[in-house]
Amino acid sequence: MPDRAAVHARILEFIAPLNTAAASVGEGTRFADDLMFDSLTVMDLVAGIEDEWNIVLPLNALPELETVGQLTDAVTRLANK
Amino acid sequence: MTDLLSKYDALTAERGTLHAAGIRDPFSIVMSEVRSPTQALIDGRETILVGTYNYMGMTFDPDVMRAGQDAIARYGAGTTGSRVLNGTYQTHAECEGALRDFYGMAGAIVFSTGYQANLGTISALAVRGEYVVLDADSHASIYDGCAMGTADTIRFKHNSPEDMIKRLGRLPAEAGKLVVLEGVYSMLGDIGRLKEMVPAAKEAGAMVLVDEAHAMGFYGANGRGVYEDQGVADQVDFVVGTFSKSVGTVGGFCVSDHPKLDILRLVSRPYVFTASLPPAVVAMAATSIRKLMHGQAKRARLWENTRALHGGLTAQGFHIATPTPESAIVAVIMPDQVTTARMWAILLELGVYVNMARPPATPAGMFLLRCSLCAEHTAEQIAQVLDAFETAAARVRLSFASSPGIGMAHAQAA
Repeated sequence: MPDRAAVHARILEFIAPLNTAAASVGEGTRFADDLMFDSLTVMDLVAGIEDEWNIVLPLNALPELETVGQLTDAVTRLANK
Repeated sequence: MTDLLSKYDALTAERGTLHAAGIRDPFSIVMSEVRSPTQALIDGRETILVGTYNYMGMTFDPDVMRAGQDAIARYGAGTTGSRVLNGTYQTHAECEGALRDFYGMAGAIVFSTGYQANLGTISALAVRGEYVVLDADSHASIYDGCAMGTADTIRFKHNSPEDMIKRLGRLPAEAGKLVVLEGVYSMLGDIGRLKEMVPAAKEAGAMVLVDEAHAMGFYGANGRGVYEDQGVADQVDFVVGTFSKSVGTVGGFCVSDHPKLDILRLVSRPYVFTASLPPAVVAMAATSIRKLMHGQAKRARLWENTRALHGGLTAQGFHIATPTPESAIVAVIMPDQVTTARMWAILLELGVYVNMARPPATPAGMFLLRCSLCAEHTAEQIAQVLDAFETAAARVRLSFASSPGIGMAHAQAA
């Protein structure tokens, strides 16, 4: 069962190649406002994360996951279910 | 007071930039006169229409127009009411009858637009605790149907049976699931891999809805769509379609053999809470649909025209989104926004109207000049369109050197 720190570290690896704005990424980093990800980029990012932990993150849940920290929490919870 | 329109300033500025460069706004065309399914007057200029989805050229069919005129005389201009109240006339019933006959299905429900048909079926079919599983390149009306509904929405990689199966496999076995596919994906004009994906979705315990908006009239023995052509008609639960393409007017529908289909008329909000189509529109649709049942000659001409344009543009060096013509949509891949907008404007000056498409409506951030063919295009018109493309490409100095390719990432059609 992955712990939160491990999930966080792996999510940062998923974000790195998409981070064209070269923003520094932390818990509070927002996908739309700080990383300038459009909805398509977020959906593709999420698809990779679902596969990594074999979880289901429906599109309708994404508006609630505004920051890296919120996504990390959600993935940690789902991966340990 | 916060100006609520300020959030669109970036887009407003982008339009301003194009305008300042002297490029006409591709999204504000006015046709002052329409001569035929393939000709209109735009900016005072005779223009060949190659971006209308008017695949079968039914908009000026004399029988279709007469049916509309008769219906206006008999029933008036509009119903002023919902289908479930005062908005169902004999014309609406006959239109649903024509759909049942065309598709050979027991049930048909007519909605006021194709967009609402997807909103109305998807949002009502799957609800909280259930799942809609959709292709990444799905039309905006499918995404919006999911957004309107309460089911969880799962997106799989475009046209990938493997990715669809993997994602279906993660869902609870007992939960209700609706897989939504399309016969023709309209942005690039590629066709769905329904032969593999429909059986796989059924195997995973899902019901299957196929949107055949861009295929009606010219795929399969009866022109029902790609699902018929690929031999999976017995496994598709719902087919959604539109009157605003091959049928030549406006409206949308869902057809199905499901014995309980009709309950959607009470629970589908986009069906209940809007006015029904004017009687003339459904009368024209019914006449058109019945004529399309015998549209073999038009069908052959449509494919002939599509092959001629696709082949001609390919020979000139253009990069087309599908290497062979899979549908009546020929999408030319362009390098960037400015070149696309300039070339689009030059084509219009040369008397050729095509669609310009840009992100986020397109997959993988592509800029496209999209052509859709009509059975009524003449060989001379196709030749003129090809000439115009050649001239316009030279004027914008379009480089044919490297293929822009199609990225692996696929996007939401907006």
